[in-house]
Amino acid sequence: MADVALQPNRVGAAQPARKRSSLQKALKRKSTAAFLMTLPLIILITLLVLYPAFYSLHLATLNKSMQRFVGLGNFEFLFKRDTFWLVVKQSCIFAITAVLFKALIGFIVAHFVHNIPAKGQRKWRGMLLVPWVIPPAMSTLAWLWLFDPSYSAFNYTLSFFGIGPIPWTGDAAWARFSVILVNVWYGAPFFMIMYLASLKSVPDQLYEAAAIDGANWWQRIWYVTLPMMRNIIAITTLFSLIVTFANFDIVRILTAGGPLDHTHIFATWAFRIGIEGSDIPLGASVSLFMVPILAIAAIFILRDVNKRGNEA
Amino acid sequence: MADVALRKVVKRYDDVEAVRGIDLDIADHEFIVLVGPSGCGKSTTLRMIAGLEDISDGDIMIGGDIVNDVPPKDRDIAMVFQNYALYPHMTVAENMSFGLRLKHYPKAEIKARVTEAARLLDITDLIDRKPKQLSGGQRQRVAMGRAIVRNPKVFLFDEPLSNLDAKLRVQMRIEIKKVHQKVRTTTVYVTHDQVEAMTLADRVVVMNKGRIEQIGTPNELYHKPATRFVAGFIGSPAMNFIPCRLEDVGGTLQIRLTDRIAFPLPPARAARYNSLPRTDKLLLGLRPEHLTESHAHLEPGVETFDTVLDVTEPMGMETLVYFGLEGTPVCGRVNPNAGAKDGAPMRLAMDLNNMHLLNEATGAVL
Repeated sequence: MADVALQPNRVGAAQPARKRSSLQKALKRKSTAAFLMTLPLIILITLLVLYPAFYSLHLATLNKSMQRFVGLGNFEFLFKRDTFWLVVKQSCIFAITAVLFKALIGFIVAHFVHNIPAKGQRKWRGMLLVPWVIPPAMSTLAWLWLFDPSYSAFNYTLSFFGIGPIPWTGDAAWARFSVILVNVWYGAPFFMIMYLASLKSVPDQLYEAAAIDGANWWQRIWYVTLPMMRNIIAITTLFSLIVTFANFDIVRILTAGGPLDHTHIFATWAFRIGIEGSDIPLGASVSLFMVPILAIAAIFILRDVNKRGNEA
Repeated sequence: MADVALRKVVKRYDDVEAVRGIDLDIADHEFIVLVGPSGCGKSTTLRMIAGLEDISDGDIMIGGDIVNDVPPKDRDIAMVFQNYALYPHMTVAENMSFGLRLKHYPKAEIKARVTEAARLLDITDLIDRKPKQLSGGQRQRVAMGRAIVRNPKVFLFDEPLSNLDAKLRVQMRIEIKKVHQKVRTTTVYVTHDQVEAMTLADRVVVMNKGRIEQIGTPNELYHKPATRFVAGFIGSPAMNFIPCRLEDVGGTLQIRLTDRIAFPLPPARAARYNSLPRTDKLLLGLRPEHLTESHAHLEPGVETFDTVLDVTEPMGMETLVYFGLEGTPVCGRVNPNAGAKDGAPMRLAMDLNNMHLLNEATGAVL
């Protein structure tokens, strides 16, 4: 500013000064500042999310050798294959069952932890979070050993009760049970911690009011706790549904989709076809198929959250 | 509706005794206010009556039945909380009818009761709103409505007005009184505000450090306090306590406040205090309204003295004057036209007919 003011030729100086002030004005505008501050994130999202997303859309329209445009040909091919529909069914069973149990167990455990006196609570909270903080690839390897049909700890223990040996990962039904069990073990602590935070934000006086109004233990949960936690439950469920639907590591390590594709879900099957089967366009098509399913779930859940957003 | 009785009720938390053996009889239809400073055990007592706290010792009776181990929902009580504790996801009508719905009342009766309570509290227009769309005063009405529709044996109020601004508090105080006049339900009301206690109560229970200091009508507490605590707690500005001693001068009993200031006691008072040992350390308890400006025609028993005012507080209808008597701060109430000014000398009159004499060591009013 100072050098401009010192210039003797005032007419010449006026032009750049005006330019500079309009730039300053633009910078001062809140929307401009906000845009500049979010720019790093926008660039990051563009590079890491938008570009790969559109690239996979593009890939899905190519033939196996990625030379020729086939339009929706890959999807047409997929819809005719029984394995694809098996994967759709399995993904839905896997995600819905796992999320349901994660939510249920998380809710129950959160209640227990909530009722532990404050002193011991941190310890329990920390310990219960352990499954969630171990990288799932590592913990799933441990589960793999536990599930081993011939010398695993599970079958060894069960043999004392005259049960088994159970083909944990060898039989279709048991293999589905096992991958869901490991996923629930891994994901329930996340629900627990979210529900615990939400439980803590429910004022005690609401429970006291309900107790005086005549509500028993179950009615207090039904009429006070659940409605107060509704938004957290919805958002946690949606988030977990997305992550569980897109799960890869647990299934890949535990069963690799077997036996006979009976535990494949979208991500593992896309990997099998795309990477292992060297048909990247077909693999991309499989993984893209998750989008509409999750979008519908998201719309329903978030609409409910929006509706209740202005209550609490 | 029912009477409530507390018999030697004790509440211990680990090794702290919050309530130390309270005896209290509350008659049917009575409006009782528990008042005291924070931590005096008044809220704990209320919560024990509600069943929200277990009692460590003693008995609580509602309508003649011992309810020590009866859960809150079976005590047939209704409670209004300080922060209202309305269910945020329910409308006003749903909030009010929640207790009735849980007890499976017929729909028509629920509707009738809610409509009646809403009319009584003037919240008919708000019936379909959620608590978030209501102001503090409206929420308070809904909380009261929730209590009224249940038609319980006892109403319990836990500092219901402390979250409201001063103007609204006065307004709601009157509303609560009106509601009680209409429904006549036995009420136990907890507050730390002695004005609320005085204006609402049939009888006030003053509590301090887990014990009852005194039970009485507002007038009894004001004019005949039993202890220094009650004398100082009830009344605003608070009663003055001025160190003094009794002297016999020429056959009359006189009270000496400072080296310069001593007054003969009025005959009635002299007779009452004559037997006291002259060596005791005593306090003269005098309410500010009995320390006024001096004027020409003083009644017998009213004595004058000169002092220099420290500070004056014009309140409009009166002016509060503050001055010191040998280091003891004293407050008086004078006519706004009496010409009281900060730092100015003034002649004040002390009405010894309304004095109290307290033992400094025990705090007892003699």
